[in-house]
Amino acid sequence: MDLHEAQVYLQTSLHEISHAFQKVPGSAVLVRYIQSSYQNDPVRSAIELVLVIFFVRYLLSPSYPTHDPNYVKLRDDEIDELVRDWEPEPLVAPQTQLEEAEAERQPIIVGPTGPKVKLSNGKTVVNLASYNFYNFNASESIKEKAIQTLRTYGVGPCGPPQFYGNQDVHMQTEHDIAMFLGTQSCIIYSHAFSTISSVIPTFCKRGDVIVADKMVNYSIRKGLEASRSNIRWYEHNDMEDLEQVMKKVAQEQAKKKILTRRFIVTEGLFEMVGDCSNLPKLVELKEKYKFRIALDETWSFGVLGRNGRGLTEAQNVDAEAVDMIIGSMAGPLCAAGGFCAGSKDVVRHQRINAASYTYSAALPAMAAVTASETLNVLQCNPDILQACRDNIQAMKAQLDPRSEWVRCTSDPENPIMLLVFKPEVVSARRLSNEDQERLLLEITDEALANGVLITRLKSFPLIGSIGTNDIDIKPALKVCITSGLSKKEIEKAGMTIRHAITKIMTRKPNKQSSTLAA
Amino acid sequence: MYARSAGLSVKSSGGNNSTLQGPSAKQRTQAQGKGNIRKLMPHTEKTGERRPSQSRGNRLSQLFSSSPKANQQPSAQQALMAMQNGSSPSITASGLALPTISLSTATAGEPNQDEPPTTLFQPPSSTEISRQKRFDAQFGPLVDPTDRYVSKHHGEPLEAPIIDEPPYYYVLTTYISYLLLLALGHIRDFFGKRFSKKQTYKTLRVANGYAPLNDDFDSFYTRRLKMRIDDCFARTSTGVPGRYINVLNRVSDDFNETYRYTGGATETLNMSSYNYLGFAQSEGPCANAVEECVKRYGLSFCSPRADSGTSDLVCEVEKEIASFVGKPAAMVFSMGFVTNASSFPALVSKGCLIISDELNHASIRLGARLSGAVIRSFKHNDMLDLEKKLREAIAQGQPRTHRPWKKILVAVEGLYSMEGTMCDLPGILNLKDIYKFALYVDEAHSIGALGPKGRGVCDYFGIDPSRVDILMGTLTKSFGANGGYIAAEKHIIEKLKSTNSATMLGESPTPAVLMQILASLKIISGELVPGQGEERLQRIAFNSRYLRLGLKRLGLIVYGHDDSPIIPVTLYNPAKISAFSHEMLKRRISVVVVGYPATPLISSRARFCVSAAHNKDDMDRLLAACDEVGDILQLKFSTGIAGGLKPLPEDALEKEKIGQGAKGPKLVIEPPRWSLEEVIARGSEDAKMRLR
Ligand SMILES: Cc1ncc(COP(=O)(O)O)c(C=O)c1O
Repeated sequence: MDLHEAQVYLQTSLHEISHAFQKVPGSAVLVRYIQSSYQNDPVRSAIELVLVIFFVRYLLSPSYPTHDPNYVKLRDDEIDELVRDWEPEPLVAPQTQLEEAEAERQPIIVGPTGPKVKLSNGKTVVNLASYNFYNFNASESIKEKAIQTLRTYGVGPCGPPQFYGNQDVHMQTEHDIAMFLGTQSCIIYSHAFSTISSVIPTFCKRGDVIVADKMVNYSIRKGLEASRSNIRWYEHNDMEDLEQVMKKVAQEQAKKKILTRRFIVTEGLFEMVGDCSNLPKLVELKEKYKFRIALDETWSFGVLGRNGRGLTEAQNVDAEAVDMIIGSMAGPLCAAGGFCAGSKDVVRHQRINAASYTYSAALPAMAAVTASETLNVLQCNPDILQACRDNIQAMKAQLDPRSEWVRCTSDPENPIMLLVFKPEVVSARRLSNEDQERLLLEITDEALANGVLITRLKSFPLIGSIGTNDIDIKPALKVCITSGLSKKEIEKAGMTIRHAITKIMTRKPNKQSSTLAA
Repeated sequence: MYARSAGLSVKSSGGNNSTLQGPSAKQRTQAQGKGNIRKLMPHTEKTGERRPSQSRGNRLSQLFSSSPKANQQPSAQQALMAMQNGSSPSITASGLALPTISLSTATAGEPNQDEPPTTLFQPPSSTEISRQKRFDAQFGPLVDPTDRYVSKHHGEPLEAPIIDEPPYYYVLTTYISYLLLLALGHIRDFFGKRFSKKQTYKTLRVANGYAPLNDDFDSFYTRRLKMRIDDCFARTSTGVPGRYINVLNRVSDDFNETYRYTGGATETLNMSSYNYLGFAQSEGPCANAVEECVKRYGLSFCSPRADSGTSDLVCEVEKEIASFVGKPAAMVFSMGFVTNASSFPALVSKGCLIISDELNHASIRLGARLSGAVIRSFKHNDMLDLEKKLREAIAQGQPRTHRPWKKILVAVEGLYSMEGTMCDLPGILNLKDIYKFALYVDEAHSIGALGPKGRGVCDYFGIDPSRVDILMGTLTKSFGANGGYIAAEKHIIEKLKSTNSATMLGESPTPAVLMQILASLKIISGELVPGQGEERLQRIAFNSRYLRLGLKRLGLIVYGHDDSPIIPVTLYNPAKISAFSHEMLKRRISVVVVGYPATPLISSRARFCVSAAHNKDDMDRLLAACDEVGDILQLKFSTGIAGGLKPLPEDALEKEKIGQGAKGPKLVIEPPRWSLEEVIARGSEDAKMRLR
């Protein structure tokens, strides 16, 4: 084909195309439009061209990647057969024996919770199983305040904070907590348990590094999981190990010349162990290696320190040195919901990006007001905390050194006393975790029969989600102290618990297994 | 004295409570609903006096004694009784002291009423009037007894609502607007990050060896788009989010960085709260019951359910919820979000597949992700796509190994909160019969709001709830409380109770919230204050249809199914998002506006949430505002394909009634642009027929 021919061919086809184009209705208008607009304003035409290209690209972009190479092509009748044959498992597995036993024994409280509660079987027992450490639940003045709030705000705010659910009382409570802790700002969530699970993924994204204590609780684990960050663990409360890990992270990043956000995530008082962190050291390390700290004070807020400000107060650390303090208003404060306190930027970012804040209804106004009120009481009467601590000591005197079977792993100021079997008991009897859980269940039974309600540490969800090999969470009895009982009553309850432990542990072994199997 | 206050209430409520004046028994039953609103009011003592409350008390105790644990639960029972005994002196006393309390928290626009009443049983008349006003501000009086409709599906297959589209001009300008915003934002970022010393940019830079707290890419949308219209969001409110909501006045001097509260609040018509059945009230039987409950139970149970947080109250609530939704068992949680986030991990795990509607709520997506199962999504409400996905899933099995899936869980919502669409439950159930998957329906917005008895989508479609495996819902919306529930077969609930993390470790709901749930449930089901629940259900259904039809006739583009109380109106251009919100606020109406990324880029919208607390006057007020604002902002661009057309000629209507609806004469489709007067004049009647 010589050049001439090609030219002719090109011309005719061009002609044909333009002819066809002219036949399309409206094409003339378009041509005229482009011509005139180009003459008058070439810049505009350029912009329009970009737009058109953008448009076309947008329209043509594939929706999603198609099949993987592993795809097997099947005929319709084959699929029908597969569909017919497919039998799904039942939606849930049957309850295990332990779960059944536990559900059966679930105490049902009739009436209010308090230091003494009435159970559905008519018995009144001493309640050492709730976080009502200062018995604010019984305070008439706080109830009165709550009722006033009810009569002004109703119960639920009927909407997420972004959509008119944010009320003036919430702002007040946020302000109160920030003032109480000494941080710049604070944000309140409507559920304490899920607060930290939402805070972590708000800041930690794919590629960021989180260094976390191995014993962190379930909520934190879920938060870490949801963040998709790169997670490193350090041995429980081992500051040297932490430093090693941090150093390694810093070195790795320096070598690769990248800088990602880096976080330390740990707890004030550990839910699973009961002991407390070394905050001054953490802050020192954090500043040295340029990490941020997210401190879960769910169990220490309202508990540690002279006024219950938590770990920062107890260990004399400026609250502003901790980037995020997460706490609960649902425990000793007797309200509901959680909070995250920190700098203005930290809080502002959460207001728009934290999933359980933006996609969930706001906290009921009553709960917000209750939290403010109880905080106020704590601030004005630190004696309450002291009363509770005295009771903790009284209980401890009954149990820790005196029982030959168990020891207490909790911090001396932690009203949640976790009692685990002494290592020698476990090894002498070769008790597996399961065996220990059973024994503990029987101990709680026995204590309840003698008028003291205590529970066990619920480590199942945590262990279930990560497997036991990774961490060593010991089954434990949970005894929650309250200032609502006198020292005498606490001592008596302590004795009951001690005797219950002894009774179960000294029983004939064959009888042990039979009670649960029955 | 009784005569006097009864006379008063007649005046203040526009004369629709003639039932209170001693009607014959027959009349009273006919006008149940009307009268019941009166019963809600604090001065119901009179009714209590005239009708011996004894009988009602008896009914209630019978109700309790039928439950096996009746004898063991005196306190829950007493608290509930409290809401019946309007005449109990303690409640009256506290009730009367209320206006003073409310004053201290400054509800705007309330007349002077500081002086506490002198005698308990002879309230000064001004107090009565202002209480009535307060009450009406939370729950509007019914203007016309016929403004009701039964929310119910009529059998034909559920079709996807027709999505109308605006002229290309609007689409184009929308894209251009976003392009401009993006370009400007990037330019400002580019220079700002390099040269500006302002705090906003500081957080974007590496400072002091720390990586920035949030990536500029992640926060770009927030800083550059949302910030411009930030004052339309998170408006702080005070008081009850009922029929009206009080929005605190605020201004920003620094382009929405911070706000200055200028004092006082504006009372606006509340089209924003999820207060579907109008239970956001600080007075009336629910609030009375809650008050009594707080006095008795205190503030909190201070413990997770699995420790010592299981009370008689919570058991009672669970039983009530189970029977309400029609499942053998149920469990409650203290937050709806967590209900989803913690239940998926308890139901499915590795080796399972979750097929989720693409528009599912964030909590479902989070729960699905945490569960470890494989997640696929299907096109919103598209049964063909779902079937395709199911066939493919079952045929291919698990990725790589091709092992069959252990379980397949399909997760949908009953009513989608951004679209106003309902899930096609009949369609899904047809597929379920063939493909044997488990079905999880999130009824967050549909429970209470749909169905002749308010029992959600199953009720609406007339489907036996036992065909759905898991019914989840939140108690935040229709019930004016907080929290969520899961209802299912007994063995499922039992297992979930011992495996669900939020039950084991999370806080249990507070007594106040539980009582609000219990009381509102009993009102809806008609066990308490019979007739009132029904009225609420029928009012929201009527309001929804009336408003939807009116908006369509005005020429706005409205999304969603006809019976849905969520009514999104499309705005398109980003600038109109804030303009609409401001124009509405100027007219004292608070609305929710949403744009990208909560919606597709193009279809930013305003969303009206209709409530039973509204009455026809409120809807008309909103329609008038939409009419005006629609003109100002050029929002009337519907083509008529989605409805709002001129009425059919009379004979066609006749034919339709006889049953030839589908084959009736085709309408000429022309853009509906009714005048406001026409819309209001015809609305009531037409809303009760098939919407067109
Ligand atoms: C579908 C859906 N599920 C769950 C939730 C969360 O409920 P809650 O606000 O009670 O946390 C919502 C709330 O917006 C929702 O729309």
